[in-house]
Amino acid sequence: MTFVRPVFRHPDLPKNKLGYTRKYYEGALSTLCAGCGHDSVSGAIIQACFEMAIEPHKVAKLSGIGCSSKTPAYFLSNSHGFNSVHGRMPSVATGANLANRDLMYIGVSGDGDSASIGIGQFVHAIRRNLNVTYIIMNNGCYGLTKGQDSATADVGSINKSGSANMYQAIDMAGLALELGASFVARSFSGDKEQMIPLIKAAMSHPGFSLIDIVSPCVTFNNNKGSTKSYDYTREHIEATAAVDFVPFMPEITTQYAEGDSISVPLHDGSLVHLNKLAHDWDPLDRHSAMNRLYEAKSSGEILTGLIFIDVDAPELHGILKTVEKPLNRLNKDELCPGEQVLQTINAGFR
Amino acid sequence: MEPEQYEIMHHLNALNDFVVRFANVNGTGSASANTMFAKAIFRMGIPVSPKNIFPSNIQGLPTWYEVRISEKGYLGRREGIDIMVSVNPQSMPKDIASVKPNGYFIYDSTKELHKEFIRDDIHYLGVPMMQMCMDKFADPRQRQLLKNMVYVGALAALIDIEIPVLQEIITLQFKNKEKLIEANFQALEMGAAYVREHYQCPLGLRLERRDKVGDWIMIDGNTACGLGAIYAGATVAAWYPITPSTSLVQAFEKYAKKLRVDPATGHNKFAVIQAEDELAAIGVVIGAAWNGARSFTATSGPGVSLMSEFLGLAYFAEIPTVLVDVQRGGPSTGMPTRTQQSDILSAAYASHGDTKQVLIFPSTPAECFDHMAEAFDLAERLQTPVLVMTDLDLGMNDNMSPPLKWDDSRVYDRGKVLDEAQLEQVEKFGRYLDVDNDGICYRTIPGTHPTKGSFFTRGTSRDEYAAYTEDGAAYVRNVDRLLHKWETAKAYVPAPEFYQDEKQSAIGIIFFGTTTYAALEAVDMLKEQGVVLDAMRVKAFPFNDQVREFVDVHDRVFIIEQNRDAQFRSLIINELDLRPSKIASVLNYDGFPITAETICNQIMESLIGKLSPAFVVHEAAPPSQSDVEE
Repeated sequence: MTFVRPVFRHPDLPKNKLGYTRKYYEGALSTLCAGCGHDSVSGAIIQACFEMAIEPHKVAKLSGIGCSSKTPAYFLSNSHGFNSVHGRMPSVATGANLANRDLMYIGVSGDGDSASIGIGQFVHAIRRNLNVTYIIMNNGCYGLTKGQDSATADVGSINKSGSANMYQAIDMAGLALELGASFVARSFSGDKEQMIPLIKAAMSHPGFSLIDIVSPCVTFNNNKGSTKSYDYTREHIEATAAVDFVPFMPEITTQYAEGDSISVPLHDGSLVHLNKLAHDWDPLDRHSAMNRLYEAKSSGEILTGLIFIDVDAPELHGILKTVEKPLNRLNKDELCPGEQVLQTINAGFR
Repeated sequence: MEPEQYEIMHHLNALNDFVVRFANVNGTGSASANTMFAKAIFRMGIPVSPKNIFPSNIQGLPTWYEVRISEKGYLGRREGIDIMVSVNPQSMPKDIASVKPNGYFIYDSTKELHKEFIRDDIHYLGVPMMQMCMDKFADPRQRQLLKNMVYVGALAALIDIEIPVLQEIITLQFKNKEKLIEANFQALEMGAAYVREHYQCPLGLRLERRDKVGDWIMIDGNTACGLGAIYAGATVAAWYPITPSTSLVQAFEKYAKKLRVDPATGHNKFAVIQAEDELAAIGVVIGAAWNGARSFTATSGPGVSLMSEFLGLAYFAEIPTVLVDVQRGGPSTGMPTRTQQSDILSAAYASHGDTKQVLIFPSTPAECFDHMAEAFDLAERLQTPVLVMTDLDLGMNDNMSPPLKWDDSRVYDRGKVLDEAQLEQVEKFGRYLDVDNDGICYRTIPGTHPTKGSFFTRGTSRDEYAAYTEDGAAYVRNVDRLLHKWETAKAYVPAPEFYQDEKQSAIGIIFFGTTTYAALEAVDMLKEQGVVLDAMRVKAFPFNDQVREFVDVHDRVFIIEQNRDAQFRSLIINELDLRPSKIASVLNYDGFPITAETICNQIMESLIGKLSPAFVVHEAAPPSQSDVEE
């Protein structure tokens, strides 16, 4: 377990505009290994939700099975959570989202959950542009079953037992780009400064928002030779841009310097501000994003930050043209055509 | 009957009681003409039961349409073909062989029949269908389509179908397409005129208008299920195409587009997801149900196999889930276009670990509609999956049925769901606390209350407050409560139906679903032979006390079902802890709907050790694909 958390909180903890402290966004005590990258991601989710002053009960958090999928228990305890079936979180999230479009959906998955057993569901959730913040806590191995290589482990990456992975890695960000995802980002669990604004932007983006987060497994995949270790990731990280997220306010006062920076307005009025670090890259252009990603990959770098965003792609409810009122709130009068209509239907079958 | 009585040119005589089978080529438009034939008889007030016997193919392979006409209202399949309408040379030898002695073989005489096809104990009625169409119509596709109408016209004259009734159906079918209506009228008349000129009309087998169908309708079970879901307020449907369930969600979507669109905005009060596979389909359903929407899926055996993991989650995490299993011939891909009731065990115990699933067995389209609505109430009341078990025979064939009925005062039973005000009153919410001591706990829907009622749904073991635990005692408390809920369910599921006021025989028969038609006919047939049976139709699993009592008070019980392994028998023996030797089976699993003759034969064989001569029928092998593919 990570740590024993004190129950006591300083009475003067800062409050957000809803009057909640950060504590209100926490969850149960983590049972993951001390130093697990996943706990840092949970922390970033908590911080992002706190700073955005999100009503926790308006969030539904969903996951599959695995170490990563346990984490929804460790943040937002006032939100409903659903720890579903291995690899099947996308379908459960799809159903949940269809039932109530007014909630915010956070899907948490791992590399085994999304790149192997659940890759079909991952692929199709993207095709549908499901409105979900989809976080992959990517450590290149199966932690709960003691360290087998996963499908995102790089070729040649050495695991704890000393053997080199023989198979090609699936790049989840690259795959998502190829599939037409409307928001693709990558981050590193050791980079809170980057994770928090990315999570905020993902939650504000109306559509499928992938954040593939390299989140090292301290117990089974943090050894020398592993390409998903803390050390390796720190040494090879490259960022597309310094990301800042500006939530919607009646008057945006934040000023950015002219030059190699770009502000992307989201539909809810918020802004994603990117101070570009990567050259020849346009986050609004899928081709450019793919090129940048593959360039980084071929030079052995791990590209992080917001890689691509399409703010205009219709999300699933737009595609299906569902009513504004959540489907789970429609009552019998709104749903049942009644006996008289049925009599007409009967007449058509005589 | 002695064989020497089959003198050549004996004629069959029957009024409103015979079987016509059409042998067609898949994809030639015959279905539409054949349906008109059946519908015309229905509109003449005579009970009729058509069945499609089709291949897993889009175009080119043989397909059959079998219509039983029964003034007495027997809607099950009957052995023996009285009239065969043959328009498929590919299957002709087999089709000729399957006609009853003294029966009729109507064929396209554009080409002469090969000598070796001639049987001397049946009547051959040639009609040059193709030739007439070639002479009359110019367009090749139209020729092919109208050929079908020519044989309908010929049949009309031969067995006395009222031509105006057929014309009325044609007019309705091709609404506002005057040219098509005219061409179809012409084809109809051509066929009728030809047989009037060349043969004695009508035959000894003929129809006469009756008033035996009342306000009944002809509808397939899949459509009725889809409508049931509309009326029950289902808003989310997720599915993966699979025969024979495909038309169910399609029907739901079709009616939703008519009845569930907000007129002001044009937006939909429903969502249909054609998922990437059955695993995703059931996942969507469970996600939506967890979030408070009524949702369902429809599938068949292979889909149930794929959905089983999720069904275990829904059972254990207690999420209302509605699934329709339109059963087909298994195992594996089996006979995908033939009917069976062979998913009983895989559905009843779907998923690993200790699971039991609620099953409902409708027998008619009206019950498909009612049970579908019932399934949503039950699933939410019991917070568990409910599987509506139909089959290809019920799902895909037009079945005569009482009209669908909806009581406008009916209220959706959403079960134990706490709203914001109720949560306000709760001191500490426990998702798995058995407050009412019926095994059913209170649930909350995400987004209801800012600080109360949130919980973590999981497939792992947990305590009463939904917190993860590996404590054995807490696990046992939970799974025992689920069993308690199972007991509670017995009072909620549809009760069995009995067909006698009080016990009249030491022998009982039990049946369910589509076996009902043939079973009830068999009861009548056996009664004529002096064998009286008590009958019970089971409508749901878990079995309630009435089911047990019926078994207890009879010395011998036959269970009629359409699978090889007597799955329902195993289920009832297992669940009610019955003595196996008391329970006998009547089984049918060749993919064709069971017949009353099969039931009578198997019961008599079991009772007196040999076949009863009364039920020996002409051994007509059913058509088989392999015969024609060779």
